[in-house]
Amino acid sequence: MQNRSKNMPENLFVMRRFSEFMSGSALKYAGSVFAVAVSVLTAFLTPLLIAGAVDAVTATMNGHGDSPVNLPGFLAGWFNARGGAEYMARHIWIVAALLVAVSLLGGLFQYLRGKWSAEASETIAERMRTRLYAHLLNMSYDYHVKAQTGDLIQRCTTDVDTVRRFLASQVIEIFRTVIMVALALSLMSTIHVKLTLISLILIPPLFGLAFWFFHWVQKLFREADEADGRLSAMLQESLTGVRVVRAFGRQRYEDKRFNVCVDAVHDESMRINRVMAVYWAGSDMLSMAQTGLTLLFGVFFAVRGEITTGNVLTFVSYISMLIWPIRQLGRILQDLGKSIVAMKRLYEILDAPAEADTPGATEAPLNGDIEFKHVQFSYDSAHPVLKDVSFTARAGQTVAILGATGSGKSTMMNLLQRLYDPTGGEITIGGREIRTIEKKHLRSRVGYVLQEPFLYSRSIRDNLAITREGAEMDALRKVASVTASDGFISQFKEGYDTMVGERGVTLSGGQTQRIAIARTLLRDNDILILDDSLSAVDTETDRSIREALKDGRSLTGRTPTTFIISHRLTTLADADLILVLEDGKIAQQGRHEDLIRQPGLYQRVYRIQAALEDELKSGRFAGNAAQP
Amino acid sequence: MQYQQETDYTKRLDAGLWRRLIRYMKPYHKHLFGIMATMAVSALCDTIFPLLTREAIDTFITGGASGGRLWFILRYAGTVLLQTACIFTFINLSGRAECGINRHIRKLSFKRLQELSFSYYDQTPVGFIISRMTSDTARLGETVGWGLVDLFWAAAYIVITAVAMFMLNARMALLVLSVVPIIAVTAVWFQKRILAGYRVVRKTNSQITGAFNEGIMGAKTSKTLVREEANCKEFAVLTGTMRSASIRAAVLSALFLPIVTSLGSVATALVLHRGGTEVFSATGLVTVGTLAAFVQYATGIFEPISSIARIFADLQASQAAAERVVSMLETEPEIFDRPEIVEQYGDSFNPRTENWPGIRGDVEFDHVCFHYSTGEEVLDDFSLKVKAGQTVALVGETGSGKSTIVNLICRFYEPTKGVIRIDGEDYKNRSILWLQAHLGYVLQQPHLFSGTIRENIRFGRLDATDEEIEEACRMVDAEGFILEMEKGYDTEVGEGGNRLSTGQKQLISFARALIANPAIFVLDEATSSVDTQTEQKLQAAIATALKGRTSFIIAHRLSTIHSADMILVIKGGRIIERGTHAELLAQRGYYYTLYSNQFREEWEKLAWDSETAN
Repeated sequence: MQNRSKNMPENLFVMRRFSEFMSGSALKYAGSVFAVAVSVLTAFLTPLLIAGAVDAVTATMNGHGDSPVNLPGFLAGWFNARGGAEYMARHIWIVAALLVAVSLLGGLFQYLRGKWSAEASETIAERMRTRLYAHLLNMSYDYHVKAQTGDLIQRCTTDVDTVRRFLASQVIEIFRTVIMVALALSLMSTIHVKLTLISLILIPPLFGLAFWFFHWVQKLFREADEADGRLSAMLQESLTGVRVVRAFGRQRYEDKRFNVCVDAVHDESMRINRVMAVYWAGSDMLSMAQTGLTLLFGVFFAVRGEITTGNVLTFVSYISMLIWPIRQLGRILQDLGKSIVAMKRLYEILDAPAEADTPGATEAPLNGDIEFKHVQFSYDSAHPVLKDVSFTARAGQTVAILGATGSGKSTMMNLLQRLYDPTGGEITIGGREIRTIEKKHLRSRVGYVLQEPFLYSRSIRDNLAITREGAEMDALRKVASVTASDGFISQFKEGYDTMVGERGVTLSGGQTQRIAIARTLLRDNDILILDDSLSAVDTETDRSIREALKDGRSLTGRTPTTFIISHRLTTLADADLILVLEDGKIAQQGRHEDLIRQPGLYQRVYRIQAALEDELKSGRFAGNAAQP
Repeated sequence: MQYQQETDYTKRLDAGLWRRLIRYMKPYHKHLFGIMATMAVSALCDTIFPLLTREAIDTFITGGASGGRLWFILRYAGTVLLQTACIFTFINLSGRAECGINRHIRKLSFKRLQELSFSYYDQTPVGFIISRMTSDTARLGETVGWGLVDLFWAAAYIVITAVAMFMLNARMALLVLSVVPIIAVTAVWFQKRILAGYRVVRKTNSQITGAFNEGIMGAKTSKTLVREEANCKEFAVLTGTMRSASIRAAVLSALFLPIVTSLGSVATALVLHRGGTEVFSATGLVTVGTLAAFVQYATGIFEPISSIARIFADLQASQAAAERVVSMLETEPEIFDRPEIVEQYGDSFNPRTENWPGIRGDVEFDHVCFHYSTGEEVLDDFSLKVKAGQTVALVGETGSGKSTIVNLICRFYEPTKGVIRIDGEDYKNRSILWLQAHLGYVLQQPHLFSGTIRENIRFGRLDATDEEIEEACRMVDAEGFILEMEKGYDTEVGEGGNRLSTGQKQLISFARALIANPAIFVLDEATSSVDTQTEQKLQAAIATALKGRTSFIIAHRLSTIHSADMILVIKGGRIIERGTHAELLAQRGYYYTLYSNQFREEWEKLAWDSETAN
């Protein structure tokens, strides 16, 4: 913000670019600028009418009743044709009526200005929000893995609002001030040039003072914001940790810590307040002095007969009308910097490339065999995650994958939904290279339950039906019971209509996983991936879910090829194919019966498992053998 | 987000509530009186300016006087200076009142929060409390500090102007004042609706924030479900609502000012007409200057009226915030020391440690019953004797009531019936702080405070030396990873300790508990698994921590359960089995089933980890 002047060309570019959001609202905008002009004009007319009336009365009292009236243009002509000042003074109700009429007209346009500029700016804000949202959703999976969510949300809300405010009021306000100054200058200078100059003498310093002050005070505001942030953070921490505070009896200590933060907030706000007091008192004094000067010199010129009493009143009114917008202009121009920064921050989001599909990718049947041929993958070239993965899964098989944390299990599954594309080797589904299959099509036929699935903050019913809008209640019940969720859902007071998340119940990890599986099962899948999706579910439930999955498959006649990442031996034992992933490669593959006979990792793990069964049978603890 | 669930609007102004609130602001009453006085003077100045204009016209232009100009200039300048002084003073005073009231109420509230029992925290989400402590108090400071400025200026201005006008010309004064009620009614009508309109906008806006939040947090899931287009469609509906709500509110407020100013112009027109006619009347009481002054008064009259309307609408909107803050300040803690106990041992803020008795660590539950305020019985006639130095493991499914027993020991809750004795003495006969000062507590989810590692450990005992801190870390084998960090013990742990791994946080919290050298140790063991190496360290840390202390452990680990002197098996809030591991397994009861199901999982993982570690 400080080096705004240096960035001027770039700033202009951002603002010009931003006009893309304004297309379609331009007419409304032009309309509100026009309305501002009209309302300014009427506002300037009122003092002229009053001045004319005062002068007419004065002239009549002084016996110059036949002199022409002091009014602009056609109005003057109308009165002069009927006898000039005396006529006007004796029919002052006409002026009074005109006054009300002018005020109503001005009010009408003031209203139109507010209406049109709100319509324009809110439409633009809506466009910005919708586009940001759509853009974010269309970003790649990788973008969201790395995204700073807090910052993104901040930009989409606070920055959009800064820009909206700028468009809704500040731009129009700038126009208004410029029109006012121009109009005041031209009207005043036709009356008396010298008095005009005197009346404007303190205006530039007032503007400069405002401009400089609001630039300077921004630093203080930032510091106050930071102190506020520290206070909230301290509170957040202390209150979530209230158990620790109490357990150690640290109430007094926390109280002191809080006092330090709250004192800092207090002192920062007081600092701002002190400079505000000086600024407002000072600039108000300048404003009052300016009005005083105008009055004084006005009287001086009136006594000399150069202008009328009405003119003096006109000048005084104009000056008091001008001063406030001029002071605000200084502030608005400072805020302009903030709006431009906000626009730039929004463009940083919009300029990040959205996810693209391979050119020429098409739909393809996905119910064939899946083959990995020397697949390699790395997020960055320095650390390969998958080094050489080859295997074939027959259509309809259940494939279990196991391996230590970080061995690349999830990455391998991400490739099957084309959340990432392999950096080497190839994957084929039914013989078709995966990169030639359209992403959206692939993802809609490959059911992927993430390790930490996300539920939307809506009802359980809507969360389930998210994969198949308008699904029948029976269908929902069925998938819920397959995943052993129907039980706990029915226990909620509102059953399937229970809201999930902050506005409703907090589900446990296992419950979340089960609902996530259920919603995936609700749609037709050619391939199904459970990425450690049963880790938070106990072994018994795990088994019954998997059995139900199998039954369900035979029921619908559909047999999705299923991948299950798990380290549960019970899960592995039931699989058609087990892949043991180690260090980016497939160390062992085969069926449970084969692998337990092969010397290797799988066999050793299996043997320790057997020892546990022994212990349980004998009732004595034999676990020390396995204790690390 | 949570904030939006709280009502932010109440229908009627509740004077009693505001009086109660004003009582909490006692140290700032003098500021508030100062503001009132200053605003009266300021309003007086505002009334004087039109009179000076009148004088200038009547004396110098119409009257043609040439003397007394300097005197006039001096008076004008004097008024300007007086007004400047008023502005300076009221901004200072109001600022001081706003910031001060804000700080004062925050301090009172925080102190109250330190005294409130856990039942309060159980029922009130932290988000609610924080919004009370930040936005609500800020709003009150603002309303009282600045609302008062506007209110008193407006009231004083109307009164003083009315007086000035009546002195100049009673009939014209009446004309101006005749529009006042009309403007007032209109202004109130509008302000109420405008505020209501913006309330809708704010609500919709927080929904939009929520939608962005969900859109971004759930983006990965949305991608795997190919929900992009459907989500965008739903979002478009929301932004559409936002647009129309915003426009509705903006149009209403765009209507307000023109209508009120037009009403004001009627006053001006009436004055002009009446004054213009009276100038020619025989009485000659109305001069051109008077007419000009009246026009100025009439033009300005709508402003104070609409500002009063705005303040009342504002007060109404702030009232919900006031209610929330006052109710928090007036919540009484459920667990507190009896006056004679406070007399002897001091309270939480001023403990009298010199009177504190020592502690051995015998714990006894004597026919203890307990239920939460929601009513469900959790413990029924529970008795247990634990000798100093023994370890008790509590085992059971989530929600079975294990933590209740622990909460009772810590006196986070008190028994609804029966007695808990420590060293043979009812613990209510000691101060809460006495017990908690002798308590070591390690939570399932370790909670660290932002600051350095050293500061976090020192939280356990504020006067611990650096050597003692390092010693404690060595005891739990945490020194290794601490020294590997860039700044060692002075490494910042980040908000909530989130720059450390879960395992590291757990080790630090063990060190923090150890340094307090507690007689009674409470451990809520983590279910979340950490890597094998850290796991080993944690096991060792637990063993160190338990040595020579009475310990209660909500246990999830095999080895911890194993080494316990007594295992309590809890189901549905009852203790259904108790004994050692071997005894319980032999019983082949609930423990046996639980053990074979729940711990098989851990078993498998251990087996797997020990294999891959090779």
